[in-house]
Amino acid sequence: MSDVSGTVRERLTIGRLGEGNIRRRASGWWGIMMLIATEAFLFVYLLFSYYYFAVQHGRAWLPDELPEFRLSAPDTAILLLSSVAIWFGERGLRQGSRLRLLLGLAVGLVLGIAFVVIQYMEWMSKPFGISSTSYGSLYFTITGFHMAHVVAGIFILASLTLWSALGYFDRTRSSTVHIGVIYWHFVDAVWLFIFFTIYVTPRLGLG
Amino acid sequence: MAVTEYARQPKVETVSEAIRRKLLELWETKPGLYGWIASVDHKEIGIRYIITAFGFLMAGGIEALIMRVQLAQPNSRVVTPEAYDQLFSMHGITMIFLYALPVLSGFSNYLFPLLLGTRDMAFPRLNAFSYWVYLAAGLFLYASFLVGSAPNDGWFNYAPYSSHQFNPGPNMDFYALGMVFLGISTTVGAANFLVTVMRLRAPGMSINRIPIMVWGTTTISVGNLLAVPAVSLAFFLLWLDRQFGTHFFSAAEGGQPLLWQHLFWLFAHPWVYVVVLPAMGMVSDGLPVFCRRPLVAYSLVVLGTITTMVLGFGVLVHHMFATGMPFLALSFFSGASFIITIPSAVAVFAWVATIWAGRPVITTAFLYFASFIPMFVIGGVSGVMTAAVPADLQLTDTYFVVAHIHYVLIGINVFGVLGGLYFWFPKMTGRMLDERLGRWNFWTVFFGFNLAFLPMHWTGLMGMPRRVYTYPADVGWTTLNLITTIGAFILAIGIFLLLVNVVKSLKNGAVAGDNPWDAPTLEWATTSPPPPYNFPVIPVIASRHPLWEDRLQEGTGHSSISRGIVLDSGKEAIATTVIDAEPDLIIKMPEDDPWPFIVTLAMALGFVGLLLNWWWMAAVGGVATFVGIFIWLWPRADLAQRVEPANE
Repeated sequence: MSDVSGTVRERLTIGRLGEGNIRRRASGWWGIMMLIATEAFLFVYLLFSYYYFAVQHGRAWLPDELPEFRLSAPDTAILLLSSVAIWFGERGLRQGSRLRLLLGLAVGLVLGIAFVVIQYMEWMSKPFGISSTSYGSLYFTITGFHMAHVVAGIFILASLTLWSALGYFDRTRSSTVHIGVIYWHFVDAVWLFIFFTIYVTPRLGLG
Repeated sequence: MAVTEYARQPKVETVSEAIRRKLLELWETKPGLYGWIASVDHKEIGIRYIITAFGFLMAGGIEALIMRVQLAQPNSRVVTPEAYDQLFSMHGITMIFLYALPVLSGFSNYLFPLLLGTRDMAFPRLNAFSYWVYLAAGLFLYASFLVGSAPNDGWFNYAPYSSHQFNPGPNMDFYALGMVFLGISTTVGAANFLVTVMRLRAPGMSINRIPIMVWGTTTISVGNLLAVPAVSLAFFLLWLDRQFGTHFFSAAEGGQPLLWQHLFWLFAHPWVYVVVLPAMGMVSDGLPVFCRRPLVAYSLVVLGTITTMVLGFGVLVHHMFATGMPFLALSFFSGASFIITIPSAVAVFAWVATIWAGRPVITTAFLYFASFIPMFVIGGVSGVMTAAVPADLQLTDTYFVVAHIHYVLIGINVFGVLGGLYFWFPKMTGRMLDERLGRWNFWTVFFGFNLAFLPMHWTGLMGMPRRVYTYPADVGWTTLNLITTIGAFILAIGIFLLLVNVVKSLKNGAVAGDNPWDAPTLEWATTSPPPPYNFPVIPVIASRHPLWEDRLQEGTGHSSISRGIVLDSGKEAIATTVIDAEPDLIIKMPEDDPWPFIVTLAMALGFVGLLLNWWWMAAVGGVATFVGIFIWLWPRADLAQRVEPANE
């Protein structure tokens, strides 16, 4: 222990301090929280636009056939499972198991890609396009924004998988993993709001 | 896996020449073009921000002068109506987006680490990136003049006039893409300020000891994170409407032009507070120095700052009173617009009380800070008048509103910035600005500004609509308009005197010394200009005014500035806890790095591709951006982002 200032009445003593990026104490962890905050609001404004139209125009605004659960429900489940897989991998790292980390990331990555493929099929099955009506514009823009975030998340997961395979992380030097993983969870959480808005609220009588 | 302990005991020593030499070697930016492009020094970036913002201020000012020449006489034909539309649009865009916030970001960038007692921002490379993107987005917007197609729908750009049907040229595409691009800079800048203030304060600087200016920028950074997505989204949707025939803002196929106004003002009213709160913070920190006493009611001013920002999100609809919205909504937002005057008034009374209770020393900086107060009151009161729905229905879209926004933006942004420049110029350059020339500068600006904008209230009350290209001779607006034009030119001369003063003082101004104003905060504890590492040892803070402790007897002890934590094994800083600022971590800071610049170039390429509809070019820019970020973020051992290589 070393004493910083002899004259400070409440003596501030400085002991051993952690060095460099340590778990969730790295600056980058705080940084990703900022990114998540601002992106969460991006989706708030997107969904605000949806509800604004839905309330203003009523039922006639929605397509004749309400959005179906046939593809969207399994897709949602897949995305949630990917979060579970990644959580499993992250826990593995905490116990010092690089194998578990790699396994979790790889499974999450595959499930993420599966989500994109199914979402693409859903897009193709729509009888309307982005420029048909304002509903089509919003549907494709909201899900498109989300898809872009999933693709970014897939890049992040792929990078983490690569870096983990190179042995870059251990249970303390793990900030990069936590940062990437929390972003993926965020992308998943956003989907739940989108899913509820687009697929569930019409059946609850909104619009 | 071997167990590595990532911890060490930092040394605590008194400042010595040996420490200074070693730190200089570690922290100094390399000379030459590479160093210029790669520099991540917050002081360098801050000064670049300020200079660039002043450049845009000049550009916006010249646009204003051309408009004033056009309006000086009725029925005049100095510029064409189309050129006039572009001039007033770019004038607004420039002043509001390319000058008002960036200049404050410049001061905050320069001052944050110095005020907080640390060595750089939390993300130095992101900081450089934020500047480069700002510059690139500004040039992108201004490139529209080169092809004669600058934005021409005013700065708030209402749909449907901004849609492709009514505005087929590239004007709006420049604006839409330029704003999405600029939003990236604002967002990453805000995130950087927030993490810096939460994590990089000197040990002991608990949240009740943070300078008000830092509070101002912190508050608006939260505001920016929440508000900027609204405008980026609005402009992106507009661009989709224009390029791909979507129906967000069109009147056909279920579109809703009013959605534009909602999204735009969701952002743009908070933005008004974004561009004034840091300037108010500069006054709250600078004014007391010249009153020779601490600011009255520190806590109330901080709470007022935060409350103003929060309420700032609840007043957006007062821009839309005339759009036929439900009466209940109008009443609610009108009420909120009245209430927001209360936290703003707290700051006004605190400043007046500080002058009242102090022993003012009249300097140019003091004059700017003190005159900020009546300008704020005038701008505030005309704001209250438009907060009343019936009055607003008469005043909206007249010159009254133009007078109001200029009292707000010049009175409580430019005056604060100019005062701040006189105040901090010695720290930035090591030389004082000339006081005699300073007085000329101040009184010319003050007189010119009021001569130009006070009569505008009457012009508006007499019914002159804003944004008209010209007016007939028999409506009685001629004299007032001529006075405004004369005032505008006097204001321009005042700004020119400032430039003269800066050039003259840089060359042979009086040498400043560390603390020429005998000010209390940490930036004055280091040399002028500060060394690249800011502080040779990390200070430990025991009060709100570390350099006035002997006189004030506040706090529980003495700050330790010449003796503190030595960090000299690489570029390092101390991270502290959020509330109490207790030491938490030694963090590694990055070297100078060219990737922020390269990624900006890639993004600029992408945006130009989108503008020209050259999709291959946009794709190349997008991929290059991804690759650049991937390399930038590759975990590095020297930044302690990954396990040390085994052979070490």
